[in-house]
Amino acid sequence: MTENLLFRGARIEGGDVADIRIEDGRIAAVGTGLDADGARVVDVAGLIALPGLVDLHTHLREPGYEASETVLTGSRAAAAGGYTAVFAMPNTSPVADTAGVVEQELALGEAAGLVTVQPIGAVTIGQKGERLAELGAMASSRARVRVFSDDGFCVWDPLIMRRALEYVKAFDGVVAQHAQDPRLTEGAQMNEGRVSAELGLTGWPAVAEESIIARDVLLAEHVGSRLHVCHLSTAGAVDIIRWAKRRGVDVTAEVTPHHLLLSEELVRGYDARYKVNPPLRRDEDVQAVREGLADGTIDIVATDHAPHPAEAKTCEWPAAANGMVGLESALRVVHQAMVRTGMLDWADVARVMSRTPAEIGRLDGHGRPIAAGEPAELVFYDADATGVFTTSDLRGRGINSPYLGRELPGSVRYTVHDGRLTVDDGRVTA
Amino acid sequence: MRHLLDTKHLSRAEAIRILDVAEDMADTQQREVKKLPALRGKTVVNLFFEDSTRTRISFEAAAKRLSADVINFSAKGSSVSKGESLQDTAQTLQAMAADAVVIRHAASGAPRTLATSGWISAGVVNAGDGTHEHPTQALLDAYTMRKRRHGAGSRGRDLEGMRVTIVGDILHSRVARSNVWLLQTLGAEVTLVAPPTLVPQDVSDWPVQVGFDLDAAVAEAPDAIMMLRIQLERMNAAFFPSEREYARTWGLTTDRLAALPDDTIVMHPGPMNRGLEIASEAADSARSTVLEQVTNGVSVRMAVLYLLLSGSNENED
Repeated sequence: MTENLLFRGARIEGGDVADIRIEDGRIAAVGTGLDADGARVVDVAGLIALPGLVDLHTHLREPGYEASETVLTGSRAAAAGGYTAVFAMPNTSPVADTAGVVEQELALGEAAGLVTVQPIGAVTIGQKGERLAELGAMASSRARVRVFSDDGFCVWDPLIMRRALEYVKAFDGVVAQHAQDPRLTEGAQMNEGRVSAELGLTGWPAVAEESIIARDVLLAEHVGSRLHVCHLSTAGAVDIIRWAKRRGVDVTAEVTPHHLLLSEELVRGYDARYKVNPPLRRDEDVQAVREGLADGTIDIVATDHAPHPAEAKTCEWPAAANGMVGLESALRVVHQAMVRTGMLDWADVARVMSRTPAEIGRLDGHGRPIAAGEPAELVFYDADATGVFTTSDLRGRGINSPYLGRELPGSVRYTVHDGRLTVDDGRVTA
Repeated sequence: MRHLLDTKHLSRAEAIRILDVAEDMADTQQREVKKLPALRGKTVVNLFFEDSTRTRISFEAAAKRLSADVINFSAKGSSVSKGESLQDTAQTLQAMAADAVVIRHAASGAPRTLATSGWISAGVVNAGDGTHEHPTQALLDAYTMRKRRHGAGSRGRDLEGMRVTIVGDILHSRVARSNVWLLQTLGAEVTLVAPPTLVPQDVSDWPVQVGFDLDAAVAEAPDAIMMLRIQLERMNAAFFPSEREYARTWGLTTDRLAALPDDTIVMHPGPMNRGLEIASEAADSARSTVLEQVTNGVSVRMAVLYLLLSGSNENED
């Protein structure tokens, strides 16, 4: 029997102040002056209440890479960041390309119990880009997969991509594309441009991302399918998505927190914490993705949380792994990059970090309004706090955060998943 | 000087100090006994993750002529090829109390990672990192140019007014990058000539002119023309169609040599592909400084090691 909770004095999505009463895993009432009636009363005066965050792009590493992260440690990181649901990318070992593996992932998530872990299925067998995985079997499995991605690799073959887009229509699925032309990015180490020219690092040109996105929106239009573009990072990619949406193409796009805040200038010291794929881009690109998110061209923020063991990052740049952890810092970074700049308000944040990701992923029970009768998936955020981000803010196994030592606004104080506190006064409960 | 990682961040005063100390070192090399006691008791490790006999023996000669103890560490397996990690190698050298580490590595930035990681307290000298920089090569090139221009009156001078043309694979050349920054710092004008495929995609920050026509660049009568080594595997990666076309279009042929003024010096960092980027007549001509560059390399590296290790730098960074 879980205890009932009464959150007193929250600002609902940054607006009106109200109490929120939670009973039996659901929001029982939202209003002022609610009666405690035996519930534990939590004072959240001044905190912003948002629907629990939903991450459409998380790497949990289990099974296979437990030195980097497990479903449990990744769930802790998620809860600490205010997330109540994460979509787990399939680049595990074995790859999540069968009903068996996605059901295992689901079960691990349920056992951890801190967030809803919704598996993503691979598009192709072994993410090799050659033959379609059993997408239907994964869709009809207990994990009811709706998002398919070969993330880490691009579904490069245009015919395989076309077939995948068509096939997933049968169960209202979506293909989430990692847009990267493999030939144009052989050996690529960082964004191609002024900085790569000086540092002598092989360039990852913007056109390698943009050409695949352009192809894919045209394919999606041609076959009338739903397309999602992962971690969009360039100004040109924003233009292509804007053009496609105006044409009526059924496309959605995500941007990561790091592409909203950080630029390629950080690579100059060869500190591999800043090595990520797609790479950090130019200041102009950072501005363009912010504007794209603000005007709705980009639909959501997704973390691309990518934990790695320390030795994968404390080495020479070309030998280092791509990726950054992001779950614990995402809301604070979005606060810094988008809210403080006046480009989004808190209701917008609820939309881009909770409601729309749940809709794209067809995930029930998340991203719902804060209202009586809705599932109790919530986060309470102190927007007035500020602090230097340190390893003590990290709850997952990876410490490869680009924000260590950087001052960030905000603090996640409480997270509620399935009616229970997973973060209580800033501390993960399990 | 704590480390020498690149020429990008080398000031004019620092660069001229190195070149002037190299002049002093060169003077000592005319003596019967070439060995100086300056670095007695110091240990210099040549940490080479890439084969480079020429650069390694140049550093070895420099260190030995200053009486340092030299350890050659040929670390063939880098962490890239799943051998020992750079961190473990560095910490091993730290445990052996190396005073300076001269590092050659295929990974751009590896010397900076070594110097800033906290793994070692030794001074780090970049002996060529990936396609990033090769600062001692640029310093010896500048030394060679200054000597040809100012002779015995070189001390204290820079390269103001010199016009230098660098020809070849700029994209993959650490020598080109180090020269671009150092030559700019010393007041020279730099022109790059290459097939467009072998120029970085955006060099708008570089203080250079870029051209694709070597004949036009030769007609400008530069004071120095530096030919870069072409690696034949570039041909397979579609950077240029064939050796023959490269040599004809971007090689220093006998015709182009003849079209250059008599006092234009011809430089090459070595090893040369004779008949490809440089004709033998050019490589062996009186205008060629190829062997002077090798000789000067020892003096310049002596200067760098001396300034790094002689203890006169406590109050610098």
